[in-house]
This record gives sequence, C-alpha cells and structure tokens, in this order.
Amino acid sequence: MATEVSTEDAVELTGSSSAYGPDNPAPVIEPPRARTQRSPRATRTNFELYGWLFMRLSGVVLVVLVIGHLLIQLVLDGGVTKVGFAFVAGRWASPFWQGWDLVMLWLAMLHGGNGLRTVINDYAEQPNTRFWLKTLLFTAVAFTIVLGSLVIFTFDPNIR
Amino acid sequence: MPAGTLYRGREGMWSWVAHRVTGVLIFFFLFVHVLDTALVRVSPEDYDKVVSTYKTPVVSLLEYGLVAAILFHALNGLRIIAVDYWTQGPRYQKQMFWSVMVLWVILMAGAVYPVLGHAARVLFGS
Repeated sequence: MATEVSTEDAVELTGSSSAYGPDNPAPVIEPPRARTQRSPRATRTNFELYGWLFMRLSGVVLVVLVIGHLLIQLVLDGGVTKVGFAFVAGRWASPFWQGWDLVMLWLAMLHGGNGLRTVINDYAEQPNTRFWLKTLLFTAVAFTIVLGSLVIFTFDPNIR
Repeated sequence: MPAGTLYRGREGMWSWVAHRVTGVLIFFFLFVHVLDTALVRVSPEDYDKVVSTYKTPVVSLLEYGLVAAILFHALNGLRIIAVDYWTQGPRYQKQMFWSVMVLWVILMAGAVYPVLGHAARVLFGS
C-alpha cells in the first residue's frame, strides 16, 4: 500500500553525506562487478554471453540448413538410394550448394562444439580432466572444420 | 556422479535432458559424417563403398534414429528460443513442449517411408 511519507519520516541527510555537492563531489564507488586486470580470466570478458547468443542465432539458421539437407539427402528423389560420388559431384558443381554446405559445416561444428563444452563444464569436475577434454574437443572441432572446408573447396569431379 | 543433477522432473527437466543427449549424439555423428564425406577426395570408389553401407537396413534404422534426434533437437531448440525471447514463453513452456512432441511424432511418421523405404525394398524385394 502506498501512503504519503510524512515529513517526520523523511530521511534527513546528516553527517558527512550532507557535505557533498557540486563543489565537493562524493568519491566514486566502483560497481561490485567491475572488470579489472585482477578479475578472474573467466569473467573478464562477455564470452559466455556471446556464446549463449551464438547458440540461438546459429540454431535458427541450422534448423533451415539441416532440415533442407535431410530433405535433399534422405527424402526427395529416392532418398538415400541416389547418394553416391556422382550425386555429390552434381551438387557441388553449384556454388550455391557449396556455400550451403560450408555454412552448415561451420555453424554445426561451432554450435556442437560449444554445446559439448557446456556438457564438459557441467560434468567433468577435476581441473585436469576438464582441461584435457576441452583440448581434445577443440582439436576435433578445428580438425573437422578445416578438413570439411578443404574438401568442399578442393573437390575435383574428375579425380579419376 | 555429480550430485544434484536430478531435480524436479517433469517437462522442463526432461526436455533439457533430451536436448543434451540428442545434441551429443548429433555431434558425434557429424564428426563421422565429415570424415566419410572427405573420402570424395580419395576416390569415387572408396566414397561409394562407404555410402553403400549407409544403404543397408541396419544403418537405415540408425538414420531414422538420427532424424529423430535432429528433429527433436531442432523443434525443442526453437521452443528454448521462444522461452528466452517471447514474453509469454516461460508461462507456456509446458504447452510448447507438448506441441513439440506432437509435431515430432507427426514428422517422424512422415519420415517412415522416405527414410526406411529403401531398407524395406532391400529386405522384402521389389
């Protein structure tokens, strides 16, 4: 319930605070979560915020790219029956599908990599285990992205 | 086992668990899938040999499972975004979860013939 504050209840400035004014400003108090050189590494940047945002943005794009990919590979035109070297060559003759697969590869690996990083952070309790699992994860993600990109860019339909 | 990883139960928690499990499964498939596709840089024969195993009935069943995991992860992911960004999202998270499940069942029923049709023709002829 909102009631009028009577003049007797109003806070009266007393002591040192009454002395501050334009000519004598109060000392600046640092916000409790201000980031300094001494902040722990994990809270020095907004990395986790951007990671969270990336999961949502890449997720929306991946829904379109991956479901389109599934329709083409597993549903349309005989499903998995038609998939083979000739089919891949036909698709990657078009820069559009090369671009589609490249974006899908990068977004899916980074989305999955960040998801697994969350899972490792949640369940691996020993600092050593966490470090090595994340090192392994980073290596696998980097390797897969580089390999996949190279395959898309250097694909040669006349390899044989 | 880390303590306190089971709590509350119900739609909110189980969708979270299923999102994790399907996400990890899809990640491992993706890793293998990039490796098998990289065989197009080795030779058409090697690529076709590996892809031919994808057309066997057992692997077709695994493909159906993969489609199940991907569709759940996709639909529930959209639900998570709605919970985060739609002002009414948290209030309707249960209804959205059951909408996800209904849509998932319909899509999985629709995927039976396209995904498993090849396996059925291999097993039963014609």
